[in-house]
Amino acid sequence: MKKIFTNLKQYPSAIIGLILILFLIVLSIYVVITIPYSEAIRIWRSGEDAVGNAPRNARPIYVNWFTARKLPETMVIDSADPKAGIEKTITEVATDMWDIQMVIEFDYPYDDFPQELQVILSTTYQEKSPFVTLTWYMPDGERIKIDDISARRQETVRLDQIDRLARRLDGVPASIGLLMIPGSDPYEVQQGTYELHIDSIVFEENSDVDAQFVSMGQVHGVAGTDHRRRDLSLALLWGAPIALAFGFSAALGTTFTTMFIAAVGVWFGGVTDEIIQRITEIYMVLPFLPILIMVGVFYSRSIWTLLLVVILISIFGAAIKNYRAIFLQIKESAYIEAARSYGAGNWRIISRYLVPRIIPILIPSLVSAIPSYVFLEASLALLGLGDPVLPTWGKVINDAQANGALYNGYYYWVLQPAALLMVTGLGFAMIGFALDRIFNPKLREV
Amino acid sequence: MTDIPFSPEEEMEKPVETAKKRPNAFLRLLRYTVGKFITLFLAVLIGMYLTILIANMGGYVDEIMKAQIRDRVGISISMDPELRRLPAAERQQMINEIVEVEERRMGLDQPFIRRSFRFLYDAMTLDLGRAQNLTSDSGSAYVRLIILERLPPTLLLMTTASFSLFFISLFIALFLSRHYGSFLDKVVIALSPTSSAPPWFYGIFLLLIFAAVLGWLPFGGMVAAPPPDDPIAYALSLGQHMILPVTAWLLSGIFAGVFGWRTFFLIFSMEDYVELARAKGLPAREIERRYILRPTLPNIITSFALMLIGLWQGAIITETVFRWPGLGTMIYSAVQQFDTAVIVGTNVIYAYLLAVTVFLLDFIYALVDPRVRVGSGGPKA
Repeated sequence: MKKIFTNLKQYPSAIIGLILILFLIVLSIYVVITIPYSEAIRIWRSGEDAVGNAPRNARPIYVNWFTARKLPETMVIDSADPKAGIEKTITEVATDMWDIQMVIEFDYPYDDFPQELQVILSTTYQEKSPFVTLTWYMPDGERIKIDDISARRQETVRLDQIDRLARRLDGVPASIGLLMIPGSDPYEVQQGTYELHIDSIVFEENSDVDAQFVSMGQVHGVAGTDHRRRDLSLALLWGAPIALAFGFSAALGTTFTTMFIAAVGVWFGGVTDEIIQRITEIYMVLPFLPILIMVGVFYSRSIWTLLLVVILISIFGAAIKNYRAIFLQIKESAYIEAARSYGAGNWRIISRYLVPRIIPILIPSLVSAIPSYVFLEASLALLGLGDPVLPTWGKVINDAQANGALYNGYYYWVLQPAALLMVTGLGFAMIGFALDRIFNPKLREV
Repeated sequence: MTDIPFSPEEEMEKPVETAKKRPNAFLRLLRYTVGKFITLFLAVLIGMYLTILIANMGGYVDEIMKAQIRDRVGISISMDPELRRLPAAERQQMINEIVEVEERRMGLDQPFIRRSFRFLYDAMTLDLGRAQNLTSDSGSAYVRLIILERLPPTLLLMTTASFSLFFISLFIALFLSRHYGSFLDKVVIALSPTSSAPPWFYGIFLLLIFAAVLGWLPFGGMVAAPPPDDPIAYALSLGQHMILPVTAWLLSGIFAGVFGWRTFFLIFSMEDYVELARAKGLPAREIERRYILRPTLPNIITSFALMLIGLWQGAIITETVFRWPGLGTMIYSAVQQFDTAVIVGTNVIYAYLLAVTVFLLDFIYALVDPRVRVGSGGPKA
């Protein structure tokens, strides 16, 4: 084992491959520990409630590093949050009538308009709900009245959906009209400090109003969001352990069972060998992918069922013929003869003498097989047969394809999972490639 | 993905028994072929039965069919204005009766064992039933017709892609084996791990670059819409739509393919008899043709046939990504619309296609491999 490692060091590609795989393994362990499985599924599956203030189809934040035109990030300012430092001034204007005034102040340094503007009002009252007036002050001093609202306990005011405001802005959507230089065409952002004044009249002594201002950006999080406002970083992170687990167990399961069956066939020979050979021929006409699709459609899309089916329909694969040829040679070796003469049983010879000899040939093909299974999972996901609960890279690509990501210019949606798939594929392929040369001296010469 | 060809040892392992007995080469070939045919026929039979068993494991498909019958009958009765006036109980009884007749018509009342053999017979005779949701472009719901209609596009795309991949990598490999150690050679070696990604993966990148960003080539489909009437314009449009899928296929396979063949040829060119030929001063081309290509011909053919086998299945996802209207896209639609008949039908068709390809492989192999003709055991691949 140590020798293999020193040998590996001679291949720069193997070192790069090892680094890539190590990175993925560390990432997987980190992810599994920090975001537990059930938590990941809960966040991924629970729809729009869990995503909070995330915008739809927002690009990743790093997009801004490469462009001169800065896209807005998501901004959340909450008056209930002491860190925001928003002060309320309360004055009694009449009997049983108080005025609560707040000013939410923020800078808008970006070159593009937000996706959506929202004010979420949370109020406390017994019987009479507070009356809230929202007013917008632009950096150039212009004052725009947004709306008057009789606020319920939890009131989400979507600025783009207020008809009166839209009329006041000459039909321009609020998320543009409230932030643009008046009269500009095409619309240009008026950068500077904005103020949102929240004036509330409350009619009860203990009544209170809090406001949360949300400007949904065009960039969000390290990986962006998808069409259901979900943060893609979760899927990209959790895709790693799933891909590794699936690829590794599938490769292990198929190569070892195949090899073992080949060994049994060669050792026992005669009828056993004949039967195995015939079954292999039948397996040759079984269409691999269509059967997987059939199982996926009719029974279960669970990734673990898929794993089992993959192993089952690969057991008698074409690789048996290769292993068989090698075992036939080994079978004639003198040391097998020696084992037989000391009275070793059939299974002992198979497991102790035949199988270990083939391991060096097996390991490179095992390592090289891993990426093909990782991609197989992605392929099935692309057909819409991905696991219904788990977030995987393939499913992200599938979502992106289904929503025309390339057509609509959401390149990050496809590129990020694709890059991760590529890293995994390349990592294992590079190591497998080097291992192949180490274990096959014949290849090393050329 | 291209299969790395077998090592020469494997081929050499059985000593070629030279002309010990040569009764009748033709008879031998015939016997061999008939034997292969029978084996493959049995394999297809068993393979299809397995497919049917998988498709109907636990009577799941029966349930779907029953539910569909009930649904259809229910709708047709509730749509009928005359029957709508009947009292609910009477109408329900009527539905039940029709459902029962329909179920008997579909043979759902028979035990599964008997039904499975009928299914097997239907499948073997390509009587694949009617699709539930999909239709062919000509409007037929017969699964056989739908599949037949989708075969030519798949065949066109996949033969173009696979043949170009195969021959391009073979020729580059021959070139590199002459110039091994050169810069190009090193580039190919360094890039060969990239072949671990399937064609659809590169397809997405190509679409991104050439369709989305540059806008030079179409996003997918087979011809422009509406299809041009002029045959030359039609062919041009077809060619334009084929560029990206074929390139994706090439990108995904070419480096590993070239690397595999190059290594294979290099190992062969280090054999003693090649050294001897070189020492004799034979021209390089002659050596290549007579001492390297000729002995490796069975391997090249094996690899070619393996490629043909892979060709049928490889296209499913690539076609889906490029919306190529072939078998793959049909399977995708069948999955989306839960069309069980079409899915089972494609499995049957694939089993046949695979069997025919394997048979052809064996036959050609027998023609090329002297051992089959001479009769020292069958070919190993």
